[in-house]
Amino acid sequence: MNKISLIIRREYLIRVRKRSFVIMTILGPILMAALMILPAYFAQKSDEDRTIGVVDESGIFFKKIPDTDNLKFTYITEEINTAKNNMNKEGLYAILYIPKPAYSVPTKAILYSDKQPGINIKSHIKSAMEKEVEQLKLQASGINEDVLNSIKSDITLASIKMGEKGNEEKSFVEVSMILGMFSGILIYFFIFLFGAQVMRGVIEEKTSRIVEVIISSVKPFQLMMGKIIGVALVGLTQFLLWVLLTIAIVGIFKVSNPGTFSGSKPQQMMTDNRVNPSTANTYQQQANNVNENQGILEAIGSIDFGVMIGSFLFYFLFGYLLYAAFFAAIGSAVDNDADTQQFMLPITIPLIFSIVWHNMSSIIPTAPYLFGYPSFL
Amino acid sequence: MDLFSANNITKRFANHTALDNVSIAVPEQSIFGLLGPNGAGKTTLIRIINQITGPDEGSLFFEGKPLTPSHLEQIGYLPEERGLYKKMKVGEQALYLSQLKGLTKGEAIKSLKYWFEKFEIQGWWNRKVEELSKGMQQKVQFIVTIIHKPKLLIFDEPFSGFDPINVNLLKEEILNLSKNGATIIFSTHNMSSVEELCDHIALINKSHKILDGRVKDIKKTYKSNLFEIEFSGFEGDLRTLLNPSFEVKEIIPDGETSKATIQINNSYTPNDLLQNLIPTVGIHAFNEIIPTMNDIFISTVNSYVSGSAEQQTNQAG
Repeated sequence: MNKISLIIRREYLIRVRKRSFVIMTILGPILMAALMILPAYFAQKSDEDRTIGVVDESGIFFKKIPDTDNLKFTYITEEINTAKNNMNKEGLYAILYIPKPAYSVPTKAILYSDKQPGINIKSHIKSAMEKEVEQLKLQASGINEDVLNSIKSDITLASIKMGEKGNEEKSFVEVSMILGMFSGILIYFFIFLFGAQVMRGVIEEKTSRIVEVIISSVKPFQLMMGKIIGVALVGLTQFLLWVLLTIAIVGIFKVSNPGTFSGSKPQQMMTDNRVNPSTANTYQQQANNVNENQGILEAIGSIDFGVMIGSFLFYFLFGYLLYAAFFAAIGSAVDNDADTQQFMLPITIPLIFSIVWHNMSSIIPTAPYLFGYPSFL
Repeated sequence: MDLFSANNITKRFANHTALDNVSIAVPEQSIFGLLGPNGAGKTTLIRIINQITGPDEGSLFFEGKPLTPSHLEQIGYLPEERGLYKKMKVGEQALYLSQLKGLTKGEAIKSLKYWFEKFEIQGWWNRKVEELSKGMQQKVQFIVTIIHKPKLLIFDEPFSGFDPINVNLLKEEILNLSKNGATIIFSTHNMSSVEELCDHIALINKSHKILDGRVKDIKKTYKSNLFEIEFSGFEGDLRTLLNPSFEVKEIIPDGETSKATIQINNSYTPNDLLQNLIPTVGIHAFNEIIPTMNDIFISTVNSYVSGSAEQQTNQAG
């Protein structure tokens, strides 16, 4: 036992002190943080306030297209050509031209701008106009909007898992699936990255010939176990540092750039987009949102964290041990890195297979031969 | 008493037998030479002793008890193909390997310091192994082999890669270790070092042991009553003078003196020869020709090869 811990110590220290480990440990969180920060940052940057001039010859849409956080609509009474000429002078981003319809309601509009307008701007205008036209048509057909709203239906399907003792609990396939997916991929990457390190360690000992000295001092099993556990600890250290550093970087960015990540914003934008000032819809939407939030909380509550974490650790640990032993076996069978390729296939295939089956197990969660098996592989 | 013995060891690989019914006994405190041509099975036997691989048949004993993994701490092994972790620092690595052999950190540091100073490599403690010359690496490897003061030391070609000065340093240390009570198994092709160091040998050829015993005894059985004299002041024919009791094999004139190789036939002694010579010949030197280990090695291996070839043809006939 003492010898295993000596080997673990060496395997751990030698890898943690490597320059490549230090570089990867710093680079990983920077990349991950960039992945989280940059989209939000650019989204914010591109969302500068824009004003669109509306030339409405039909007269139907006056003050009917709702503003959003950074999109304002001003209504111009000028003739379209003059408006187009004055667009830049008046600092307008674009001109929305709604020609006078041939019949009762307009069916087309034109958006003039210097630059390509974003797809979200186009869809915002389109949906607002469609809604307005629909309402007009409804009124023309004599249907009250309130009646229509009362007809619209929304059904929530809740699935309830009956426990053995007759207790009932809601089950949330989606949440379990996402969690399962995430942990599965985590295990997959860990096995691949650090299993391969075990393999390279074995090859290094063989090519440098030190293995003969070592196994005349310790049992081969001790050497293998020490190597596998040592490398696993390196992996856990790296993951832990990645998580902590990523949180730190994102945190620093949040503090120095408040607003980018303000939590209420996406929700606010969502509701804003759906604003229809004339109805009570807003309240209903908000009520729905509250329901959704409660649902998520309930779903998280429904997860049996004991089983979840327990089985994650089990599969993580034994999956890694199993595969690391396979990788070590490859390392002992070849003389250099280049020869490992052909032996890698038999190990890679079941690993990839497990990721594929991962999906199936969430579609058919009860299939006994699927349950657990994918994560194990 | 034998410190280590291997009885009737047989080891087969996929398509050849590396050791066929080989037995050796290594007396305590001896320096035991394990000799044999390339591919004879020496390294396989050494690996079996180190429990790197197991024998298919046969049994091994250490101090009279069956060999178990717990004995590994009492064995030090210097493999023929040397190897250290290239990226590791010398001191750290020496410490690690010493601890694997069961030393505590304190003990290991203390004795490593002693040996590093003795081998004049103390300045290399913090250097990486890959920065060292081959000879330096060998020194480090030698130190970690003997650091835990094992009862049994196994050196596989210990002198390869060393310059003559370091070979002498190493020989001295090996003799010192032996003096201090260690038993040494010593595998080599270098027959002069066998002659200098070993007191026992076993000769393995084509997976069979073909000769073993004390070096002195072996030499005695291989000597053939040949004597060399250096003489002067005799103009006649030495052959007619000594016939028929002694057979003159060869006379080589060498300036003022000549050298003659003479075989003493049965029932005569060297004294008889001298009595025959003294009245007529001036003698400058007289000594027995004892075969070197090199001669014994070559003649034994060659006769074994032709012997086994004959055997095969007989079987075929």
